[in-house]
Amino acid sequence: MRTLKFLLRKEFKQIFRDKGLLPLIFIMPMIQLLVMPLAANFDVKNVNVAIVDHDHSTYTQQLVNKIGASGYFRIANYSDSYKEALHLVEHEKADIILEIPQNFERNLIRENNQKVFLAADAINGVKGSIGSAYLTTVLTDFNSDVRLKWVQPQRLGAVSTIGIDYSNWFNPLMDYHKFMVPAILALLVTMVGGFVAALNIVREKEIGTIEQINVTPIKKWEFILGKMIPFWLIGIFDFTLGLLIARFVYGIIPVGSIATLYLFVSVYMIALLGFGLLVSTYSSNQLQAMFVAFFFMMIFILMSGLFSPVENMPQWAKVISNLTPVTHFVEVMRMIVLKGSTFANIKKQFFIEIIFAVVLNSWAIWNYRKTS
Amino acid sequence: MEEKAIICKDLTKQFGDFVAVNKISFEVDSGEIFGFLGANGAGKTTAMRMLCGLSFPSSGEATVAGFNVFNQQEKIKRNIGYMSQKFSLYENLSILENIEFFGGIYGLSDRQLKEKGEELVNTLRLQKEAKKMVGELPLGWKQKLAFSVAIIHKPKIVFLDEPTGGVDPITRRQFWDLIYKAADDGITVFVTTHYMDEAEYCNRISIMVDGRIDALDTPTNLKKQFSAETMNDVFYELARGAKRSDN
Ligand SMILES: Nc1ncnc2c1ncn2[C@@H]1O[C@H](COP(=O)(O)OP(=O)(O)OP(=O)(O)O)[C@@H](O)[C@H]1O
Ligand SMILES: [Mg+2]
Repeated sequence: MRTLKFLLRKEFKQIFRDKGLLPLIFIMPMIQLLVMPLAANFDVKNVNVAIVDHDHSTYTQQLVNKIGASGYFRIANYSDSYKEALHLVEHEKADIILEIPQNFERNLIRENNQKVFLAADAINGVKGSIGSAYLTTVLTDFNSDVRLKWVQPQRLGAVSTIGIDYSNWFNPLMDYHKFMVPAILALLVTMVGGFVAALNIVREKEIGTIEQINVTPIKKWEFILGKMIPFWLIGIFDFTLGLLIARFVYGIIPVGSIATLYLFVSVYMIALLGFGLLVSTYSSNQLQAMFVAFFFMMIFILMSGLFSPVENMPQWAKVISNLTPVTHFVEVMRMIVLKGSTFANIKKQFFIEIIFAVVLNSWAIWNYRKTS
Repeated sequence: MEEKAIICKDLTKQFGDFVAVNKISFEVDSGEIFGFLGANGAGKTTAMRMLCGLSFPSSGEATVAGFNVFNQQEKIKRNIGYMSQKFSLYENLSILENIEFFGGIYGLSDRQLKEKGEELVNTLRLQKEAKKMVGELPLGWKQKLAFSVAIIHKPKIVFLDEPTGGVDPITRRQFWDLIYKAADDGITVFVTTHYMDEAEYCNRISIMVDGRIDALDTPTNLKKQFSAETMNDVFYELARGAKRSDN
């Protein structure tokens, strides 16, 4: 325990004396959180929808009007040819195709159930997926209108549903910031924690100071813990700053419990830092560690459902996605912040993160060699 | 009779096909100053790292302070100090902070740390620089500090890998005063050097050539054995046959 005290004291002194590291840890993430949502926001206000209508009922007309009036969409085309719509997507004139099948109105009223089809441009993935998410909300909204209008008193409990691809959209105000800010915050905490941890031990290898450490009787877990705790605190600090920015700049107040959020982030940070330290123990210089960390971080982030929903991925990609700690974090961030999920709802993800934390850190401790 | 500080028998280190250290055998008595000589690339650092528990030997056997280098490395580490060839204290910590950190890791109490800090700063005459970052110090002072840190916990044996490399003659002289002081305190000294005048300061020396130990004795006996005037001539006689050399 006493050894740990000296390790921590030394680590903090070094962090606060590193003029290159400080802005990277404290300022850059904040600037990104301020700039990234604003920059991306403009794009998503003008999602071009091509509507393929095979029904031509008053009902579809109402739906089209509603989409147009939402303020986020531009109706790029309205026809009854899917081919024509696809052509527009190919020429980047449309981002999303909404296909309304024949007898849409009739089926919805009679059978209480009707599917529409949604296809999003995969090239401009962000616009496509966020646009689809918005559109889903419009459709859900429209659907409840339907029920109000058509449902008979004795069938009040029944809800007619429009089946669509995107099931877990939970941002009723259709506010892009609400959708992206929690995820970007997750991304920033991940980047800062992952890279800083990955570069740290390997740096001691590069400048040779690890040799002087390795020749002392220090325990391996003490050394790793001495590296872990400072970065864990930095991660929690960054996360808190991010929440404050979300609150005061974007007006986002987590719907769910803050305590649950912090509990989850605490465990997630341990898992993530374990990953970083593991990369560090396998690398022999900072450049190598940087590339390895970058390689995995890219996969983690792209596969995390941050930009494109996990449920739209092919099966193999879903498997990979579930094998990264970031995916579960992004999911839980959105669940707690937007949906107000409780601990019971995120229990599964929580235990998955615990497993990641235990495995990655044990691996890092095991792979850190005092005798090579 | 005193127990042996280091016993080394057929100790070998291979990197792939390359045999960096080839079956070296020797013993070092407690309290001795043992010089470990050899040309560049002879295998001194590699051998020393095995003895310090930093590197697994490929074969052979060795004990340091009575502990086995194959499976008791952590016990060895509690009984030795090590100063590596490349300066490896923290350059962005001050002298006192380095002393506190390494002393703390070796389990010194707060009072001991404070005393050590003051004592070292006084003997090294570094009062003015005590709060300066170590990276700003001249090399000679860095080396002295590294040595002081290596013996901060009063180890049984201290390993010094070219402690005076690149340092001016006056500072080298002062450095050897520190070594003698440590030896007087009962610390066994295992030291490598390329300076033959320093070899003369050792009780016994070994000379490594291409991974093997080709000679081992007191400086006086070695000069007799090779019928040479100076240690320089002895070294030259042996190292001439070396195939492995950086220069
Ligand atoms: N990790 C390694 N992998 C492969 N070869 C190595 C490794 N470490 C050292 N060597 C080789 O082993 C040989 C001995 O190196 P070593 O550093 O022990 O020599 P040295 O006697 O300390 O030389 P110097 O006086 O230059 O410090 C050299 O040829 C070196 O290239
Ligand atoms: Mg060497």
